[in-house]
Amino acid sequence: MTGGKIDKIGWGVESAGMGSDIEKCEVKQTPLAARHVALGAKMAAFAGWEMPIQYAGIMAEHLAVRSEAGVFDISHMGQIWVRGEAAAQWLNGLLTNDVAILEVAQGQYTLMLNEKGGVIDDLIIYRSGENEFFLVVNASCIELDWAWLQKQATDVEGIELENESDEYAGLAIQGPRAVEVWAAMAGEGGGALPARNHIVRVPAHNGDDLILCRTGYTGEDGFELFCPAASAQFWWDAALAAGCAPCGLGARDTLRLEKGYPLNGSDLDQQHTPLEAGLGFFVKMDKGDFVGREVLLEQKEKGLLRRLCAIRMVVKGPPPRPHYAVCVTDGGEQIAELSSGGLSPSLKQGIGMAYLPKGYGKVGTELEIDVRGKRYAAEVVKKPFV
Amino acid sequence: MNIPDQLKYAESHEWTELDGEVAKVGISDHAQAELTDVVYVELPEIGNVVEAGDPVAVVESVKAASDIFAPVGGEIVEVNDAVQDDPSLVNTDPYGAGWLFKIKTEDASPLEALFDADAYGAHIS
Repeated sequence: MTGGKIDKIGWGVESAGMGSDIEKCEVKQTPLAARHVALGAKMAAFAGWEMPIQYAGIMAEHLAVRSEAGVFDISHMGQIWVRGEAAAQWLNGLLTNDVAILEVAQGQYTLMLNEKGGVIDDLIIYRSGENEFFLVVNASCIELDWAWLQKQATDVEGIELENESDEYAGLAIQGPRAVEVWAAMAGEGGGALPARNHIVRVPAHNGDDLILCRTGYTGEDGFELFCPAASAQFWWDAALAAGCAPCGLGARDTLRLEKGYPLNGSDLDQQHTPLEAGLGFFVKMDKGDFVGREVLLEQKEKGLLRRLCAIRMVVKGPPPRPHYAVCVTDGGEQIAELSSGGLSPSLKQGIGMAYLPKGYGKVGTELEIDVRGKRYAAEVVKKPFV
Repeated sequence: MNIPDQLKYAESHEWTELDGEVAKVGISDHAQAELTDVVYVELPEIGNVVEAGDPVAVVESVKAASDIFAPVGGEIVEVNDAVQDDPSLVNTDPYGAGWLFKIKTEDASPLEALFDADAYGAHIS
């Protein structure tokens, strides 16, 4: 097998699409690193963090989340607060979705764009108070987002920014049993989970001031719990005691791919707009000006030249993987490369996504994927896959 | 971890069993445990002539594709079709039903440089 050490083979870096970042920075550990190692997790660098890729195996963890419940360490993700009288209006000039429609405690998926309409980051923003917003951002983008927000805040009155990414640890508890899991974790009088896409701060029985968000990245019911970094092990242990399977980034990737959720750094980047990524629902063109809007308007008028599409293998064959060539049938030319790809544990079939040029994105279009020089039949399908 | 005594092991985790001129090859129990969930195996064509150290097969887990190297040079004389139909055999029976391919070789000397069971056990611990 490739290389001498199996634990270095292909893990993390390629699927994350951020190899260069890892080499540049020192790799950080979450407060749960010792727990992961004790559970026998295979660890690898992801977005500058040493993260668990899998414990029992991606397949088992994936299916646990689809049928029961699983817990993911998401302490690597970033948390940024924006507060002040002008916060809502200022954020609306930087994000594609409309924060003005958020009621207190409500959240939404949104994108932060550069001036060319390319995606800097995709994130979830919650209105935690009338003039207070809580942003949960991708680990690989914390510094980029923070620098961008600070730059955009220069000479703006009435807003305050705070980056608390290092203060919080985070767990994502996902699966149809998530509500029961929370009841067991919280104990008597622990309070209910917030409604879908809502946030709540709860005083927990151990004295922590917890933030609970009813959201996730798996397509299942579930919540994300943010606690002081020092309490991470306490809540992790509570989630396992409540019956959650420990799950790594491997299963997180297959779960989100089956639902057609994009991964920043792979399916989203500064060269592609949210319209091209098929995320137009989260772009509110009528709300007023925001960074990148002009480019999106032009794309709307002229039509999109490429679009992120879902592709499913037609025949049994090797799993499609990121960067594999997407080609025209009968040995035709390459038209794209896969931005994401893998074996779907639910479908037991290869699935992927790619930015396909105009004319190739229609559901049912036949294509070929090149795997090590051999072509395998594939077709464009509707999202989500599952 | 199961490491049968009669086999030779490569640093890259293939095992080899020599029977006359024919070397049977698979991946070790340690390797399958590290990969978990083998979902696809690509085997060489029968009749291919390979050199020691050539990548000749691919074992894929959900997460990664790993090359499998020929421990000796020679001609591919047999491949295990069963693992193509059921790749999980590599996980459940890596030294038995999960073998991968056989090479007929005139020079088995590269096997001398491989680990024996004890040395391989030390290598992976």
